[in-house]
Amino acid sequence: MGLFILRRVGVMILTALCLTFIVFYLTNLYPNLEKLAKTQGNMRMTDAQVESWLGDRGYLEPIPVKYGQWLGVLPGFTHTDEDGKVTGRCIRTGVEAADAPTFCGILQGDWGYSTVFKDEVGTIVSKRLALTGKLMFWVMVLMVPSALIIGVLAGMREGSKLDRTLSTFSIASTATPEYVSGVILIAVFASSAFGLKWFKGTATAAMDNATFENFFLPVVTIALYGVGYIARMTRASMTEVMTAQYIRTARLKGVSFPNIVMKHALRNALIAPFTVIMLQFPWLLNGVVIVETLFNYKGFGWTLVQAAGNNDIELLLGCSVVAVFVVLVTQLISDIGYVYLNPRIRVS
Amino acid sequence: MEPLSWGQIIGQMFIQFTPVWIALVVLFTASIIYKRKLGLYGKLFDSPIGMIGFGIVMFWVFTAIFSNLIITHDPLVQVSGMKNKVPGTPVPEGTAGFEYYLLGGDNLARDVFSRMVAGSRIVVQIAPFATLFAFMVGITLGLPAGYFGGRLDTFLSFLANLILAFPVILLFYLLVTPEIVATGLPTYMAGVLFLFPIIFLVVLWNSRYFTQPQKRNVFVAITLLLGGWVYLGTAWGADPTGFFNMQSNILIVFVSVVFVNSPTVFRIVRGLALDIQTRDYVAAAQTRGEGPWYIMLWEILPNARGPLIVDFCLRIGYTTILLGTLGFFGLGLEPESPDWGTTINAGRRLLSIFPHPALAPALALMSLVLGLNLLADGLREESLKD
Repeated sequence: MGLFILRRVGVMILTALCLTFIVFYLTNLYPNLEKLAKTQGNMRMTDAQVESWLGDRGYLEPIPVKYGQWLGVLPGFTHTDEDGKVTGRCIRTGVEAADAPTFCGILQGDWGYSTVFKDEVGTIVSKRLALTGKLMFWVMVLMVPSALIIGVLAGMREGSKLDRTLSTFSIASTATPEYVSGVILIAVFASSAFGLKWFKGTATAAMDNATFENFFLPVVTIALYGVGYIARMTRASMTEVMTAQYIRTARLKGVSFPNIVMKHALRNALIAPFTVIMLQFPWLLNGVVIVETLFNYKGFGWTLVQAAGNNDIELLLGCSVVAVFVVLVTQLISDIGYVYLNPRIRVS
Repeated sequence: MEPLSWGQIIGQMFIQFTPVWIALVVLFTASIIYKRKLGLYGKLFDSPIGMIGFGIVMFWVFTAIFSNLIITHDPLVQVSGMKNKVPGTPVPEGTAGFEYYLLGGDNLARDVFSRMVAGSRIVVQIAPFATLFAFMVGITLGLPAGYFGGRLDTFLSFLANLILAFPVILLFYLLVTPEIVATGLPTYMAGVLFLFPIIFLVVLWNSRYFTQPQKRNVFVAITLLLGGWVYLGTAWGADPTGFFNMQSNILIVFVSVVFVNSPTVFRIVRGLALDIQTRDYVAAAQTRGEGPWYIMLWEILPNARGPLIVDFCLRIGYTTILLGTLGFFGLGLEPESPDWGTTINAGRRLLSIFPHPALAPALALMSLVLGLNLLADGLREESLKD
């Protein structure tokens, strides 16, 4: 088991390195840098000015060198202008060049500086992640129990009317992406055209003060898309368990139906959905980006869109590290958890 | 003129869709009469869920085909005074087309109904083809990975997991921007990805007919000639006759959707290949001395078709969702394009005051994806009955 985890962690680190390098490469292509120079400096810069602007800030070094600097394995870029003033990657405003550290990459805990928000990437990402964490917590609270209940109810009597109804509902919910369900929910519950106006169509206020009124719609929108999928998996696993020999034995012994479901079937039926729920996290990340953009909730997903739209290289890298980390760690946890929950599987 | 009531609007929309209803009735009658002779497709008509799903899907396919007959106004033309008007509002005197905006006007005073109908055309054109290409890539790489295993499998699986670990939206934001198009990267990606269908077909013919060189040469030559022609035209925009070409923004959307979908297909095909290669008929073929590609393409692949067809339907739906996501973030297609994602994006800014411009395409997209999911469910049920 220890070796298994160790190997998985090794693959994880390799994957993370490859992925960040791809992001780094794509954001550092010259047209992207030119756009960055023009938005940060001056829209009317000539090509020569763009080149010198980029050169002074170390953007024109070879990509592997820049990647090494970002990682913190190569010394940070420095530049001395005509007056002898030293500027560089590791030298922040208000810090003397001599006092600045030589290395400043993520290995040193320095995530860089966001060109859009004019702030440290580390602080931005942690602040935004906390907001998204709040959203995700409520999504999980709503999504997991309702999905499991729907799945178990549908799966305990396969082919019954209840099963048909709930299965159709799950199919419908997986067929509705967040930007569709969000639009429909806002139109019905928050617009003046339908006149219900039960909830708010934006969740900006929920960042500081989340209430049922301004936070319910975004949570439901994300949860809806996931509910169907988890419910279908639970149903499949429940129907399989319900046809097992020991359930028939229990029935022939005369155990009541609620008792069979609760005591005999449920625990075995919940092993498969566990993996699915863990693997839903990366999916939820997509939903979070869409919903935060739609409801203008300035969390992690919203930041990712802002960073990508403005080619804010270091913030985008920070966001992708977090995103990739979430994906890989959930994969690892789901593998390990699966082994623990199901004693029939042994990792060799 | 009086605005139309909701009953009249629905009635008029029903009339507008006449060509679609006729086509659907013809298709369903023909299919139900001959269903015993049509294999898996015919069996679909035994399952009510599959039939409903198939009906919805074909509704949108026929809508895309007949979209020029159905639309009431030009989807790009703005009629002054119709900005954000509610459904059923009459257009000013002397305007071309129908006298009413059936589903109202959007924020640029265009007809929402016509844009929704015209948008189906873009989705129905891109989604199935992109899914087909993703399947070609996934099958061509997944079969050898599962069959041979070893280093090749480790490497390809690592690559697939790498792409899968990317958040889709981040990937779209990195790939589908005007700056990246300027570097020519999408063209190179298209150059690689569009090669796979040709490779697939050539290997397919070669492994089947390598004992009959004459027949094989004919098939391979036709594939290379036709495939190469389409390939040059679509990927590189270098078709000498100019018959096949793709606009650069459609190409990039197409390529990125194929790129995102193919690793999942790869994993499914690899899993199926791993499972099926332990069967007796594969061992029999090996003993017969068949080559590895013959076994993969003519023994394993046909026996994996059930799950693959079901996944194909589901994946078209997922591709539709991805196309909508691209449109929702304003990536790829032009802002005035009538496709559903872009229209939802344009309508969401005024959602709480005028919901109808965003609602129509949202419901359209939902119904198409729902239809595809129901169709997949029906197919799964029917294919399990064998």
